[in-house]
Amino acid sequence: MPASDILPVDQSIGDVSEQLTGIPLHFPAMRRWLIAMIVASLLLALFVVSVIVLFTRGVGIWGINVPVTWAFAIHNYVWWLGIGHAGTLISALLLLTGSEWRNSLNRFAETMTLFAVVCAGIYPVLHLGRPWYLYWMFPYPATMDVWPQFRSPLEWDIWAVLTYLAVSVLFWYTGLIPDLADARDRATKRGWQIFFGITSLGWRGSAVHWMRWSQAYRIMAAIAVPLVVSVHSEISLLFAASQIPGWHSTLFPPYFVLGAAFSGFAVVSIIAIALRAMFNLRNLVTERHLDILGKVLLATGLMTAYGYVFEIFDILYSGKNHDLQTLIDRMTGAYSWTYWGAVFFNFVVLQALWWRPARRTPWALLLISVSVVIGMWLERYMILVTSLYQDFLVSSWSRFTPTFWDWSTYFGTLGLFLVPFLLAIRFIPSISIFETEKTLAEEKEAHHG
Amino acid sequence: MADAPYGLLAEFRNETELVLAAQAARHGGYTRLDAFTPFPVDELAAPLRFRDTRLPRLGLIGGLFGFGLALAIQAYVSWTYPLNVGGRPIYPFSAYAVVMFELTVLFSVLFLFVGLLYLIKLPRLSYPVFNASRFRLASKDRFFLCIKADDGQFDSNRTAAFLTSAGAVTVELVPS
Repeated sequence: MPASDILPVDQSIGDVSEQLTGIPLHFPAMRRWLIAMIVASLLLALFVVSVIVLFTRGVGIWGINVPVTWAFAIHNYVWWLGIGHAGTLISALLLLTGSEWRNSLNRFAETMTLFAVVCAGIYPVLHLGRPWYLYWMFPYPATMDVWPQFRSPLEWDIWAVLTYLAVSVLFWYTGLIPDLADARDRATKRGWQIFFGITSLGWRGSAVHWMRWSQAYRIMAAIAVPLVVSVHSEISLLFAASQIPGWHSTLFPPYFVLGAAFSGFAVVSIIAIALRAMFNLRNLVTERHLDILGKVLLATGLMTAYGYVFEIFDILYSGKNHDLQTLIDRMTGAYSWTYWGAVFFNFVVLQALWWRPARRTPWALLLISVSVVIGMWLERYMILVTSLYQDFLVSSWSRFTPTFWDWSTYFGTLGLFLVPFLLAIRFIPSISIFETEKTLAEEKEAHHG
Repeated sequence: MADAPYGLLAEFRNETELVLAAQAARHGGYTRLDAFTPFPVDELAAPLRFRDTRLPRLGLIGGLFGFGLALAIQAYVSWTYPLNVGGRPIYPFSAYAVVMFELTVLFSVLFLFVGLLYLIKLPRLSYPVFNASRFRLASKDRFFLCIKADDGQFDSNRTAAFLTSAGAVTVELVPS
């Protein structure tokens, strides 16, 4: 691909440094940022209120009951975690494959990962009923001599998610240190110098430091990729390891991982388009970037669609009555709107991306991405509820209807995501400066020398 | 402040000039070299004689440690608290695999991160090169080569002349 499509070749590397450190140092979009921050803070306040009510009155304020004992808590947990995975994939997988277009996207995608994982991780804790007993999940010598059950996916879950959070933070911060040093050196105000001076740990760009840094960063990337696959596979085992029709399938791990990447790339596209407009980054996040994101979205979407097809085949081929009944329930039952909604928002709208102008027009790509996010949300809803509401015992069949508190907690997590995310784009460089500089310098070198 | 200086810091316009100068310095017999660049320059590994693989090995050790720790925790829990669930095995290695993999990754990354900071001796907020007047540009668009004063061949006048002849835009004596 021509470098001029993804790089501002008419700018010097110094210009790139000034432009990108200038975002936190001389924040150019204060009014728009404040409006976004007010909305996000209101959502966060809604979350706090919902959690206080939840802790006071218990999970009965949600619509869950036998047989649908899991609903929004796990459904949104899977949805948020899936969104987070795209950040790691963009950052780590594309670093290893040498895809230089990633350099304009990886920082904010990783930042997105961090806060999406936080939103995901908090849901099972809220769902515990007695969240103050969370520590029972850890193996410690309790006085009653009771230990966690390591043969249960529920126990694997806490290890997987905490590992994923810790690794994401370390990988993100390791990649961030050199850019914090850049911002420190560009800062002229005392407060900024102290803030970036401390957070950059005194990074001085020594060549030997860079070599060690590259060793560490590349190995971290190489093991972060299988980590993503393992974490979301493990999430799918929460379902697949049970006996419930519609869940008990070996298809689930790849189906979940691909769906996760799909929803995550949609959110990366949304954020890329928003930041591009907010900070005038058209030189760095180009139409070509949107074009590539559109193609990745289309590809991961079609892979997810393949999962839908194969799920039907799997059930038909198994010939098991309960599974067949669940399939019919999904397509025609009380919650068929979630199934057909998922198909429509995920795959029908997506087909517009075959058309080049739809990938290159920010508004079109934004709408398609929002559609995918809604579609994947409906898919997780569908997988959860349609398998549970008509279980083996007819006398226990019952419907799930989300209550006000289900919705308020869910919309609250949007605030829990957006507030720290907005703070991050306010205070740290949102695009990797040194990686952009490196590819730009190499490009100039190849042209002139 | 009559101490010996830290070294001479020479500024270059791009990474090619820096790499050439570093090679020339190495040819000229200088051994105590360092370079400061806004982004990683892989070609500097040869003139700076960087061949250290301690960090990747540390990552491997961390991974093995996490693997062993997870296996030990789970095997111990099964041993001290055996639960017979429908006759399923008490020590199921397939069920242990997930946590073993997670801790392998977690400790590998932890060892790499802590090991990186340990080997590059950061955090250290103050360092002599920060006192150089143009050093702030090392994180932006300038490339610096430093010949340290403890080099056997170091002589502030002759080394400065050498750096200028190697194409340096500016040469500055950095106090220690």
